[in-house]
Amino acid sequence: MSEPAPSAQAVTDSERAELRRRGILLTSMEELCDWGRSHSVWPLQFGLACCAIEMIAASMARFDIARFGSEVFRPSPRQADLLIVSGTVTKKMAPMVVRIWNQMPEPKYCIAMGACAISGGPFKQGYNVLKGIDRYVPVDVYIPGCPPRPEALLQGLMKLQDKIRGAPISVKAPGECPVPAYAEHDLAPPKNPELWRPPVLVRKEGA
Amino acid sequence: MESPEEIRDRVQAGVPEAAVSVVANPGASAQHSLLAYPSHALQVALFLRDDPALRLDYCSNVTGVDWTDREVVEADPLAPERKVKRLQPGYLEVVYHLYSMAKGHGPVVLRMRTVNRSNQVTLPSLTPVWRSCEFQEREVFDLFGVVFAGHPDLRRILMWDEFKDHPMRKDYAEPDDYEWEPTPHGSVLEKARLHYPAPAAPAGEAKP
Repeated sequence: MSEPAPSAQAVTDSERAELRRRGILLTSMEELCDWGRSHSVWPLQFGLACCAIEMIAASMARFDIARFGSEVFRPSPRQADLLIVSGTVTKKMAPMVVRIWNQMPEPKYCIAMGACAISGGPFKQGYNVLKGIDRYVPVDVYIPGCPPRPEALLQGLMKLQDKIRGAPISVKAPGECPVPAYAEHDLAPPKNPELWRPPVLVRKEGA
Repeated sequence: MESPEEIRDRVQAGVPEAAVSVVANPGASAQHSLLAYPSHALQVALFLRDDPALRLDYCSNVTGVDWTDREVVEADPLAPERKVKRLQPGYLEVVYHLYSMAKGHGPVVLRMRTVNRSNQVTLPSLTPVWRSCEFQEREVFDLFGVVFAGHPDLRRILMWDEFKDHPMRKDYAEPDDYEWEPTPHGSVLEKARLHYPAPAAPAGEAKP
């Protein structure tokens, strides 16, 4: 072979559409791989609170998460690609969630579903609720709502699919998230500073 | 259903050594309750359960109340025209709501009080009398720190075992994890402000 094969980017979209009309499907191995990966995201069968009810509703016939290839809720973290943190994470539960995340194989993704998983939600001022799972686990997509409707979960899943399609396979460095320990007054450490730092907020006095 | 005073007299007749008093509820509900001394509370509870006229066989709810130390201003007993201040020591209180499935009446509210809030916080467990008290007494132990003597399995139930505080007590100081609060207000604002960088005042310009 004197010349390398032309890459998929060298062909314009209109040329590809023309070829498709003639029965020739032109793609690249990477695109094919992304297409397959983004449409076979297997979530972990794992619910924490009322958001899990909406997650279950999204998997049933009316909303039908199977249209996006994510209907295979796996009961084992070893077989799951996606952790949907659906509900309030209490401080007592947080080490278990981090341990489940560590048990999932790479590449893996995390969706924080609902106000509680994002920030603690209505329980934020309590002493026993974790103020956002992103303090311990890297979150890919945040879905606000209390709880989010199934459509919102589906949109979050589509956002995640976009993210999977836009990134090479080994996007994240594999490694375990440290599991927080139960301490006398709070979890130790109260957050993972490598993952989460408080945003710098400058407020005027009296504002 | 008998009035609390009648129930008190009935208990006094059945358990003569128990000093049971009526705690009046001055509110509109007028739900008065019985106060039992911890030393005889188990006999009182057994009597309430087994007395044929009461038959309070079901304990629906156990809860705790934290009464902190407070200053009471009252008339001096020696010179009534003078007011004196007195420090009333605080205590922990456990409240049981009792019903009768057999007779279809209730609730009868039974209370017990500890000596203080620090080192004498032991009360007799009523789980041997009403089995439904088991988890709820564990919850009172967890959140208020009341130790129930005679409880079959006294462990924390909501917080983890390593936890040292009692979050429902009024002097509980919660951990400071308010670094990020988008719309703080009130006491949360006070806590969140500690984490904000000091506002940089423009040079040569007085702050409003």
